[in-house]
Amino acid sequence: MTLGAAVPLAGAAPPWLEFFTVGGVNVRTVTMGCVLIGLSAGVLGCFAFLRKRSLLGDALAHAALPGVCVAFLLAGARDPLIILIGAMAACWVGAISIDLIVNYTRCKEESALGMVLSVFFGLGTLLLTHIQQRGGAGQAGLDRFLFGQAAAMQRDDLTVLIACSVVILVVVAIFYKEFKLLAFDRQFARSLNRPMRAMEVLLATLIVAAVAIGLQAVGVVLMAAMLVTPAAAARYWTHHLGVMLLIAGVFGALSGGAGAYVSYMSAGMPTGPWMVVAASALFGLSLFLAPEQGVLSRWIHHRRFRKRTAEENLLRTLYRFAEEGGPSATGYAPADFQRYRAMTAAVVMKTLGRLAGKGLVEELPGGRFRLTEAGAAHAAGITRRHRLWEAYLSEKLAIAPDHVHDDAEAMEHVLTPELEDRLLETLTETEHDPHDRRIPPPEGTESGSRGQDKRREDR
Amino acid sequence: MTDGAWIMLTGSLVGVSCALVGSFLVLRRLAMLGDAISHSVLLGIVLAFMLTASRNTIPMLIGAGAVGVLTAFLTDILTRQGKLQSDAAIGVTFTWLFAVGVILVSRYASQIDLDVDCVLHGEILYTPFDTVTMGGRGLGPRAVWMLGGVTLLNLIVIGFGYKQFKICAFDPALAATVGVNVTLWHYVLMGLVSLSTVASFESVGAILVVAMLIVPPNTAYLLTDRLSVMIALACFFGVASAIGGYGLAYMIDGSIAAAMAVVSGAFFVLAALLSPSHGLLGRLLGRRVAGGASSGPADVEGPAATFS
Repeated sequence: MTLGAAVPLAGAAPPWLEFFTVGGVNVRTVTMGCVLIGLSAGVLGCFAFLRKRSLLGDALAHAALPGVCVAFLLAGARDPLIILIGAMAACWVGAISIDLIVNYTRCKEESALGMVLSVFFGLGTLLLTHIQQRGGAGQAGLDRFLFGQAAAMQRDDLTVLIACSVVILVVVAIFYKEFKLLAFDRQFARSLNRPMRAMEVLLATLIVAAVAIGLQAVGVVLMAAMLVTPAAAARYWTHHLGVMLLIAGVFGALSGGAGAYVSYMSAGMPTGPWMVVAASALFGLSLFLAPEQGVLSRWIHHRRFRKRTAEENLLRTLYRFAEEGGPSATGYAPADFQRYRAMTAAVVMKTLGRLAGKGLVEELPGGRFRLTEAGAAHAAGITRRHRLWEAYLSEKLAIAPDHVHDDAEAMEHVLTPELEDRLLETLTETEHDPHDRRIPPPEGTESGSRGQDKRREDR
Repeated sequence: MTDGAWIMLTGSLVGVSCALVGSFLVLRRLAMLGDAISHSVLLGIVLAFMLTASRNTIPMLIGAGAVGVLTAFLTDILTRQGKLQSDAAIGVTFTWLFAVGVILVSRYASQIDLDVDCVLHGEILYTPFDTVTMGGRGLGPRAVWMLGGVTLLNLIVIGFGYKQFKICAFDPALAATVGVNVTLWHYVLMGLVSLSTVASFESVGAILVVAMLIVPPNTAYLLTDRLSVMIALACFFGVASAIGGYGLAYMIDGSIAAAMAVVSGAFFVLAALLSPSHGLLGRLLGRRVAGGASSGPADVEGPAATFS
């Protein structure tokens, strides 16, 4: 299972460097093989992922075992090509069985996957033990299909691997458009009158081929991982299929290289599991650090949005104070805000501090706050959006005036100027909201002080 | 009792304990989570070995149970917080845990008496020789005691929570509205799955546990629409697969556990073809009778069209 022992140490180069420089034929073969497996599985995994059939690879990898055994029984020796054909044939029967179960019985897809996986694997194990009982020559080689044994990769294995990977990548490049349709909108694809059934079969064949070539190196279970994990990781970085294929391919190849490297560096370390661990580490990084879709980035966005919401809420409360009580020379204490907003005193103080920093409110002696000129204009804008939305709900959706506030409370933070214009076009009443409060006119047509004029008129 | 009888009893207990929890897994559409757990418990077993430096049953059960529940938990977190689709979440989680398990096994294989081959395949053949003795008297194989205990636990928990399990299996939303703690029962189920898996581990091996978890309940699912009948039938098929598998393995001289999985698959195929209510043959015949000679092209499309 190890590479280190098989490679003669050359010169005095440190072992970590040796991996990259000298290596030797064996190391290069193994590394190249792992990289190719990772690359092709990563690319194909994307399509399985997007079709929400990520676990298909798992099921097919297990289903390959009886084929491997039958091929071995027929050929009598370990010939990579014949075993590959056997594995592919069994995968095929497995894939068809899954389709049959889903289409012709009431059992659900994941049950079908599980059943094919376990029963086929059982059949394979039965054949395997049968072979071992008979004691065929070289039968020990079959065991490695379970966990893989990258270090045992030979020249002719690599030749088959290279050929398969090239075919897989070329076919994906040729039928990129069709596969894309298949991944995103099968119904639409069918309606275009393209031979989508044939495309589905082709894609399934490619996945089967990728599984079959990877089995010997990384083993049954871990082959499933190479189909799922790089694709899932790549999904976090992009919304574009081409980019996703590229990233998944690179992640897969990197994992393959890392697996080969670790097993070279450390005696007794298996290659396949380390490939999976490397892929999982890349997945973890993507999960947390990817821009936009990563956990961290979404958390920051969420926090920023909550802060902004809190700020806007306080501004609007100040606007309401001014509207009802007139301009206040003394300003308002944090406790006044808490009567209208479900915020803790600490959050109110922090938010007011941020607003003061932006010059939207000013702090008066005694820890009281009031709107600045700029703040008043800003607050009027938010209030305007709030009340326009209320007017819209009441006028166009005929929602009772006492039910519109909560919805507007959320919408005031997300309405864009474009939407605001659309609302204006749609509405007949743009002066007053359903509670008969005045909707502040757009910014620029009126200075902050006009709000006070309006109140004078009301009285 | 003869060795053969002990082996069949062990297999039957595996069949019953897996069928009990497997029925709910299948109904909740979590079949592949069962597969995931049966792989990742390897890590739990290895960790228990490393911490206690012994093959004691109790730490092994605890370790495997904990990692099994962890698998379900991580899958859940990835789906909810990571916004990942559930099939990919399952795939990422269990392969990672399994890979770490395999690495630990190969790293510390010399210190811990654990064989990956045994973990994956199990060797039910040897169960009669690993016996429990108390006060100088042989009390039967250890595996039988462990499996019997887990089966009993499954029976008790499912018996007590039958209503809750049932409503969670069919309509989790309704369950939540009538005040059933769906999350709690989900994890109780996952805990039972992990325990059943690890208890069955040594005898039938990781992947063949999946067969026992998924295949008999699906076979039963084709034969009935009642939950209680389904569970009973699933247990029956579990036991029948165990006994039939022993016979098959005896005939062709192969792995007993694998033969059990194959026999359970054969039962499923038979049920899919012959089930009176949901069988393929019955439906085709019914169609012929109902459609008569004029069925035409609709017949060619077959049930696939109705189901897809």
